[in-house]
Amino acid sequence: MSDANSNAVQYWKANLRLILGSLIIWALVSYGFAILLRPLLAGIPVGGTDLGFWFAQQGSILTFIGLIFFYAWRMNKLDKQFGLDEEE
Amino acid sequence: MSQFAINIIFVGGSFLLYILIAIWAKAGSTSDFYVAGGGVHPITNGAAIGADWMSAASFISMAGLIAAGGYANSTFLMGWTGGYVLLAMLLAPYLRKFGKFTVPEFIGDRFYSRNARLVAVLCLIVASVTYVIGQMAGAGVAFSRFLEVDATTGLIIAAVVVFIYAVLGGMKGITYTQVAQYCVLIIAYTIPAIFISLQLTDNPIPALAMFSTHSESGMPILEKLNQVITDLGFASYTADVSNKLNMVLFTLSLMIGTAGLPHVIIRFFTVPKVADARWSAGWALIFIALLYLTAPAVASMARLNLMTTIYPEGTSAQPIEYDERPQWIQEWEVTGLITYEDKNNDGRIQYYNDANPEFADEAEARGWEGNEFSYNRDILVLANPEIANLPGWVIGLIAAGGLAAALSTAAGLLLAISSAISHDLIKGAINPSISEKGELLAARIAMAVAIVVATYLGANPPGFAAQVVALAFGIAAASLFPALMMGIFSKRVNNTGAISGMLAGLVFTLVYIFVYKGWFFIPGTNNLPDTAANWVLGISPLSIGAVGALVNFVVAFVVSNATEEPPQEIQDLVESVRYPRGAGKAVDH
Repeated sequence: MSDANSNAVQYWKANLRLILGSLIIWALVSYGFAILLRPLLAGIPVGGTDLGFWFAQQGSILTFIGLIFFYAWRMNKLDKQFGLDEEE
Repeated sequence: MSQFAINIIFVGGSFLLYILIAIWAKAGSTSDFYVAGGGVHPITNGAAIGADWMSAASFISMAGLIAAGGYANSTFLMGWTGGYVLLAMLLAPYLRKFGKFTVPEFIGDRFYSRNARLVAVLCLIVASVTYVIGQMAGAGVAFSRFLEVDATTGLIIAAVVVFIYAVLGGMKGITYTQVAQYCVLIIAYTIPAIFISLQLTDNPIPALAMFSTHSESGMPILEKLNQVITDLGFASYTADVSNKLNMVLFTLSLMIGTAGLPHVIIRFFTVPKVADARWSAGWALIFIALLYLTAPAVASMARLNLMTTIYPEGTSAQPIEYDERPQWIQEWEVTGLITYEDKNNDGRIQYYNDANPEFADEAEARGWEGNEFSYNRDILVLANPEIANLPGWVIGLIAAGGLAAALSTAAGLLLAISSAISHDLIKGAINPSISEKGELLAARIAMAVAIVVATYLGANPPGFAAQVVALAFGIAAASLFPALMMGIFSKRVNNTGAISGMLAGLVFTLVYIFVYKGWFFIPGTNNLPDTAANWVLGISPLSIGAVGALVNFVVAFVVSNATEEPPQEIQDLVESVRYPRGAGKAVDH
């Protein structure tokens, strides 16, 4: 039981690490690049405006899609690796 | 063929399709009715979530909002998509593993408390009812504009169609009609956007066209737009905002609110496996992004188009004469959504920002005596095909698309409301021994009653109906999201803590909103004027949901730590939702 437990604990820790990493990127592109850090990115031109504007209207949405698919792919792999995936 | 006939064919054809799907997807059990039998493919579910999520507001109003606010209103784009990251990582897979039918059911079981479940039901009903009124009203308006019936008649026709597929098919009928509605709405949104991109630039993809070169002037679109509007005294489109705290909190409130809205969460209960719940969040966001990446392009290009229609020779030359205005302006004037008043009697349309003191001198020098032209923001999408001179069938498509967006969201909300009533109130609290057949009947009756009530409120909207962002997103962010998240990520939060947290978050958020917007939104009962100068730290009442969520978390942890920890079987329950193994289909216990 303790073995199964530590396996499960490891799995949950890996999940939390993955979530934390993903949410840092999630916050960085939206609250960071698109809002708070926009003045720092003002020097990088994108089609008539700056990179911060692009992140606010396009870039953050594209990043969110990438994050979810990456998370789903990683977690579905971790499920199998730890033997915790659903039986068919 | 007349435009009216074309619109009838498109709208009638789409409605016929929805009804045929309803007959094909009739629900035979409570599992069919609540979670579509739990066998929906993740891509199918993604498209259904897309339609469920994108409402009349996303389809009709969002581009107009962005066109008016420029960069400052990017909050809606990020806020209404970023919530899916939270859903995919913090809620959907675990709630799918839990495997029950409703959101309040998880809260009731995890916090081993009927009261917690009832607080969740109350929050769900207030948020969803506020939300559904706008959808029904939006459907009525779309009918009256495109099909020349009055708004109430239009509303009743829309309600009858929803009634047929939602009462017959429950979640199963709703799922497959939502997929069809997604296809209708995304085609309707994209086609005019591609045409307008090709008219203004060389790039057919709207999301790229808005950052490319304006064919006529050789300048980038956004630079050209900035030049035209600032020449007329309007604020620059791409300008940064000064109140960043409010912008951050507003975006965060929309994200957390999105993740906490029950009608979105229950869509994740319909897939067969935990892994599918994760995938379907990704697919959902792809389907949503197809519209959300196009909306800002429509916003900037339609605004530029509008400005150059009125100032064809450039902003330093005279605007067009009223008698020479294009056909579409004449048509939309009839609806009252475009208004013109010749203040200086020169027969021309002076459209500029007369509220800008720095522009007053120039306006006076040009003999202008006030802005003469105004338009409702919604026409940017609705009149887009006419502005771009597109054929009549595109207008018919927009009519069908607007209705698809309104009806698909309405159906999802109505299911969330009726399942909370039949499953959480009737089966959960009033009559736990009800048979499955009895519960299915109760669910159908609850759905029917919810449709009648929503239709009535859609025709006679109460004051709070306009407060969807404040009320629905505020409540979902401040009470439901934190309770769900703590239920999964903490074993220590107990019944007392969760209930205290939910109530504290809810009361804090509502009081802050009521102080500025009036108690229960009754006009004149606000304690402070709703202007930026009066907001605490510059935080708008629309942005307070994120702070309410923080209050909820803090109160729940403090109270839980001061009281005894949850019983062992609850801690085991938390363990079990964390691991996908042994999920099975959503079942009734």
